[in-house]
This record gives sequence, structure tokens and C-alpha cells, in this order.
Amino acid sequence: MSFALNRLGAVAPTAEEGFTPPGPGDFDLPPIGGGSTFEFMGQTMYLGVTKPMLQLVLAAAVVFWFFYAAAKKRSMVPGKLQYVGEVGYGFTRNSIGRDIIGSRDFMRFVPYLFALFFFILLNNFFGSIPFIQFPSFSRSGMVYSLAILSWIIYNAVGIKKHGFGGYFRLQSVPSGIKGPMLLLLVPLEFMSNILVRPVTLALRLFANMLAGHLLLILFALGGEYLLLHGAALVKPVGILAWLLFIAISFLELLIQFLQAYVFVLLNAMYISGALADEH
Amino acid sequence: MNSITLAAGEELNPLIPHPVEIVLSLVVFALLYLAVKKWVVPNFEKTFAERTQAIEGGLAAAETKQAEADAKLAELNQQLSDARHEAARIREEAREQGATIVAEMRQQAQSEAARIVEHAHTQIEAERQQAVTSLRAEVGALATSLAGRIVGESLDDEARQSRVVDRFLADLESQQATGNGAH
Repeated sequence: MSFALNRLGAVAPTAEEGFTPPGPGDFDLPPIGGGSTFEFMGQTMYLGVTKPMLQLVLAAAVVFWFFYAAAKKRSMVPGKLQYVGEVGYGFTRNSIGRDIIGSRDFMRFVPYLFALFFFILLNNFFGSIPFIQFPSFSRSGMVYSLAILSWIIYNAVGIKKHGFGGYFRLQSVPSGIKGPMLLLLVPLEFMSNILVRPVTLALRLFANMLAGHLLLILFALGGEYLLLHGAALVKPVGILAWLLFIAISFLELLIQFLQAYVFVLLNAMYISGALADEH
Repeated sequence: MNSITLAAGEELNPLIPHPVEIVLSLVVFALLYLAVKKWVVPNFEKTFAERTQAIEGGLAAAETKQAEADAKLAELNQQLSDARHEAARIREEAREQGATIVAEMRQQAQSEAARIVEHAHTQIEAERQQAVTSLRAEVGALATSLAGRIVGESLDDEARQSRVVDRFLADLESQQATGNGAH
């Protein structure tokens, strides 16, 4: 609810003018303890340590600490902590890594996929965890770097295996097609496999987190506004908005998990595609 | 709280990234990746490998035990059937031996019986002979005394006596001879 409080402070003086809907500005949190601003790509940005930055570090620390503690004991009959850790690790290792990349090469990528999945998952869950309630990946910059990283990894893996020319032939020339159709298909395949992938990968995660959280803010603030400033007849609608807020929060939990899963799953599929023999 | 405010909140484009966040996210994730790769994944992998090995080792041990048990069972069955054969053989032998013993005994008893019968015959013959001899003497004496009484004369005289007896015997013998001739 830190957002709601934040917004409340901003909205209250202008309450007479009506309801101000939440917008992208709500995701641009000011630095903790103040800071300065700078210009970047035509935008004025805060310079300082912000909440999502701390969340990022916290998520990495928690993920590492949890799995380190779970893996440390190495007992044949696992206790509760080790069991949960093994289920989580086994999920990324087997369901995402082995099943998609194939048992020959997957072990190289397991640490990457494993770290990536739980890093994104926890950062997404921060959008629903009380007192944090801000999804780190609703900040586009944080997602871009992960998408660029995965783009570098799958292309590098492919080029290393097939050579530069071989890899680009693999990615842009569909097999079994001859003649003038290739003129059409090669640019399309190149676009979709090499250029568009990192963009969709980044936007899918970022936009889902931004939109989901925006929706939650809207329901929370809208319900509050209706209750405080609405006419007597619409006040119950404010209650309804808050009930919907709860329902959507559960939906958000699902989306947060799914987006982390999809991001890592696509990573594995891109790697698998880059490693594939001629298809 | 907001010591500084952004002038153009409405024109903010969320797609334009914050450069610090790009670098931070990359660095934090890289650190997490390295830490996980060094300290978490090897531990999990070792645990999985050990567990697999333990299970496979257990299965192999169970198989060995099963084979051992099977061999033991076969051996015991073999021993049991051997023992049965042995018992049957011993019974058969005993039966044969018994039959032989019975036959031997029967033969022995028969020969013994024959011997006893033979002995009895011999004894009876000897006794009869003895009786005949003693009868002859006694009958002679009786007859003499009877004849003396009947004749009424004393036959104590030695000469007379022997004369009479001889005469009597001669009569007897002649009688016998005629009797024999009559036969």
C-alpha cells in the first residue's frame, strides 16, 4: 500500500479537481533519502538509490541464501527446507532445462536458468508481498538487461556450435523451402529469430508487471476515491472495487509466476533452437 | 518525502530505461548467477547423484540377495531330494535284508526240526531195542515162574531149569518158524 499512501499525498490537494488516474509516473519512485536528477534520452530521471534497486539486491540475496541453506545439508532423506529447495531446483533443472534443451547439453545452462527463474519470480512476487508491493520488473531498464543477456547467450551458444555463417543459416533459412519463397522467408525468419526475440522477451515481462500493478493501483485508489469523495449512492461501488482488488491480487500472483516461467522457458527454447542440428 | 519532483510526470515514457537500472540488474544477476553456480548447483547435483547411486546400489544389492536366496533354495531342494532317495534306498535295502534273514531263519529252523526229529527217532529206536531186550529177559523169567507154577515142580535146580527153558525156547522158535512159514 506504499503506493496508495504515496498517491494519496499527491492526490489529496487536488481532490477538488476530481480523480487523478494512476499513470507511468507512479512507477518512477524518487530516490530514498533524496538525490538529484539527470537527463537521459529526453527524459528527466532521478539519480539515487530507489526502492526497486534495493529490491533487486534483496531478491538476489534471498534467492541465494535460501537455496544455499537448502542445498548445504546434502542429506539422502531431505528435511523440509532441503525438500523445498530440491523441488524448486529440480523444476528448473528438469522441466525447463532438460526437457527443452535436451539431456546432452542442458547441464551447462542449468545454473543460468535456475538463477534466472527464481530471481525473476521473487522480483515479481515483490509486487504482492505486503510492505514491499512493487514489482521490480515494472522498471523497463531492469528487464532490458536480462533480455539482452539472454539474447547474447543464445546467439553466442549458436555461433560457437555452428560457426557464424552456419548459425545464421540455421536461424534464417527454413529447411525444405526452395526458390523464390526464400526471398520472402529469410528476412522474416531473421527478423523473428534474431531481432524481435529480445524485444518481445523484455516487453512481455515488463508490460505484464507494469499493467498488472497499474490495475491494482487503479482499483485501490479508485475504491478509496469513491468511498471518500463519491456520492452516497456510489460509495458501495468503492467497496466492490476493493473486493475486486483482492480478486485481482490473486490473479496477479498467477501472472507473476507465469511471466517468470515464460521468460525462462523461452530462454531455454531459444538456447535449444540455437543448439539444434539442421532442422 | 519528495524533496525533488519531476516536472513532466505525465509525459514520462516507461519504455525508456533508466541506465543505472540496466547496469544494476545485470550486475546483481551476474553475481547471483556466479554464486549459485559455485555454491548451490554443485551441492544439489551431488545430492542427486548420490541419491541415484544409493538407489541403484540398493537395487543391485537386492538382486544379489535374490540370486543368493534362489541358489540356496535350489541347493536345499537338491539336498531334500537326495535325502529322499537315500531314505528310499535304505528302506529297500532293509527290506531285502529282512527277507534274507527270514529265509535264513526258516531254513535254520527247518534243519533244526529235522535234526530234532532224527534224534528223537534214534532215541526211540534205542529205547525200543532196550525194552525188547529187557522184555525178553523178564518175559523169560515170568514165563518160567508161571510154567513152574503150572507144572508144579520145582525148577530151582539149575540143570533142570536150563533144560526146560531151552526146551521152551526151542518150542517157541519152532512155532515161530512154522508161523513164519505159514505167512
